[in-house]
Amino acid sequence: MSSREVVLGRIRAALAADTDAPPPVPRDYVRVGADAPGTEPVLEQMIDRLVDYKAIVDRVPAGEAAALGDAVAAALSKAGARSVVVPSDLPADLVDASGRDERVVVADGRPSVLTPTELDGVDAVVTTAQVAIAISGTIVLDGKAGQGRRAISLVPDFHLIVLHADQVVSTVPEAIARLDPIAPLTMIAGPSATSDIELERVEGVHGPRTLHVLIVG
Amino acid sequence: MTSGTFLGIPRRHRHEESPLRGETSFPKAAKTALANDQLRRNLKHATGTIRAKRALVVNEMPDWEQLRDAGAAVKTDVMARMPELLEQFEAKVIERGGVVHWAADAAEANAIVTELVRAQGVSEVIKVKSMATQEIGLNEYLEEQGIAAVETDLAELIVQLGHDKPSHILVPAIHRNRTEVRDIFLSEMTGVVEGLTDEPKQLAMAARSYLRAKFLSAKVAISGTNFGIAETGTVGVVESEGNGRMCVTLPETLITVMGIEKLLPRFEDLEVFLQLLPRSSTGERMNPYTSLWTGVTPGDGPQNFHIVLLDNGRTNALADQVGRAALHCIRCSACLNVCPVYERTGGHAYGSVYPGPIGAVLTPQLTGITGHDDPSASLPYASSLCGACYDVCPVKIPIPDLLVELRARAVDADRSRTIPGGWDAAMRAAAWVMSDAKRFAAVEKTLAVGRLVAGPDKLISTLPPPGSAWTRTRDMPAPPKQTFRQWWKESHPEGSIARSADPADTEQKDGHR
Repeated sequence: MSSREVVLGRIRAALAADTDAPPPVPRDYVRVGADAPGTEPVLEQMIDRLVDYKAIVDRVPAGEAAALGDAVAAALSKAGARSVVVPSDLPADLVDASGRDERVVVADGRPSVLTPTELDGVDAVVTTAQVAIAISGTIVLDGKAGQGRRAISLVPDFHLIVLHADQVVSTVPEAIARLDPIAPLTMIAGPSATSDIELERVEGVHGPRTLHVLIVG
Repeated sequence: MTSGTFLGIPRRHRHEESPLRGETSFPKAAKTALANDQLRRNLKHATGTIRAKRALVVNEMPDWEQLRDAGAAVKTDVMARMPELLEQFEAKVIERGGVVHWAADAAEANAIVTELVRAQGVSEVIKVKSMATQEIGLNEYLEEQGIAAVETDLAELIVQLGHDKPSHILVPAIHRNRTEVRDIFLSEMTGVVEGLTDEPKQLAMAARSYLRAKFLSAKVAISGTNFGIAETGTVGVVESEGNGRMCVTLPETLITVMGIEKLLPRFEDLEVFLQLLPRSSTGERMNPYTSLWTGVTPGDGPQNFHIVLLDNGRTNALADQVGRAALHCIRCSACLNVCPVYERTGGHAYGSVYPGPIGAVLTPQLTGITGHDDPSASLPYASSLCGACYDVCPVKIPIPDLLVELRARAVDADRSRTIPGGWDAAMRAAAWVMSDAKRFAAVEKTLAVGRLVAGPDKLISTLPPPGSAWTRTRDMPAPPKQTFRQWWKESHPEGSIARSADPADTEQKDGHR
């Protein structure tokens, strides 16, 4: 008998005496927040949570492409980034802004990807995101357009995320409903951190030591 | 708990050597731990800090109780439908290019993982902190096979380099302070900078540079998982440092060991557990990083994905009502951080990789109990039954009830003894005193003596035997000036309270006398 059959057989035997169906799962917790995605209270909460997690947050007015480009370039320059990796399908205006101040821009994705060691030699990464959760200050990347492979937002030390106001939802359930379960998902709440030594929080261990978020709108 | 199954604590014939089972009984191990002042200070600081953090982020959630109810119901559903959910999970992982293995016990799981590592031709693997792999002693097994398993979580690394054992589910090095960590790094870590201070920031950066080269070059990683979602075949790792992301993203091959109880039926259930887990565990609104992957994604992350579904005593536990309730545990460790017993003894005293209140229930269920001399048999007594563990449990496991049930079974098993033990004698004496109001009042009068012994600081630090068993390792507060009964008599003069008018009520009370 295979171990699969052994284990499943033991489980069936363990459950044999039970005939009652399990009760339904009560879902009367808060599923949808009081405020709609992208509204001012939701954005304010998102910013509050991100700052609490030691992320840097800037707001850029919607519909002003030049202002967004300036903010991207300024954030990268301020971080001292000399090179930056971008997903090959990042919007062209963000790629252009990333390359200002004589920064080297490397595209990752089709046709070629960087090795982990090559990524380690790059100072920063710029991506967009899929959805963000205000109540917990979490940003979710799902690898779709503008977000890149999981590796590129992990190895460089500085991560700049461009987030659009309507992507910011209030609750965790609202965000889960917007996700594709099959996509490789990365949820990010602040920069890498540890509390393993005397529970004193230290920002920046293995992931990017700085997270900078630009909220458009 | 409504299940009709009741088969007693699973019994096995001999003690098997396992990271689940301690070598000494809890009282004996606890005695050693209690004598360690440094340990007690480290623990008090750490558990106090994390308790405060947790309370803050839980109190800001208006729907916390509803989330707990949902979490408990999801886990009840998982236990009841485990065979179909596991088969569904397996099919989905395979559909997405993953390979599923089943392991009936620790030995089989270790053998499967070793074969998979060998097939990649490497002698070093990187690891994400995982309770499942600790439970099966994977690192030790791999080492015997000539494969080095490098722990990448900072606390696990401290434990590994210190040739130590983890003492907490979430913060395995909770028993170490910064100076101890620096000393371990200086003596065990290659390439560490000279003049390393004991600042946590500096220590974390030392770990960063030590591990970076390993992350970038590793071909194989091993992880556990926080969730395995039946509906989609999705697996998730929740962490803070980014070491988890490094392991589940950069190597070509990823091997994940998952206890069969880690299932969630639906992707939607994540919305409950991604709220319950971080707030209960680290006291954060959300942990910095969560990675979720489904089988293999071409061009993104490991292209060989293996998952090992682990039984190792879980089906034993499932067959028992206490065990089944304990299997709901999502390893958040909130119960450890609020437990007065854990705070004083630390995790090592429990002997198992699962310490604290939940460990006291889960460990005997997973290992089975061979008899009185089995260290696991002492664990249900490692609790004051204060109930704090239930209050903080995100999936509402009634830990104190389970401990009482396990103690009752131990007493039942002892009924055939002819010579009464000390416990029996103490209980009989107490019953004799408490069954008569006059006798009880007489004993209460002697409490005044306690106040004299205590002195001005209202603490009794030394008592003659048998009281010395208590005061050797802790102080005892002095008895109050007045007993409840004395206070009641004074503040409620005779006749000031109306007697019950219901004759049935009076009759019933009388019937009890």
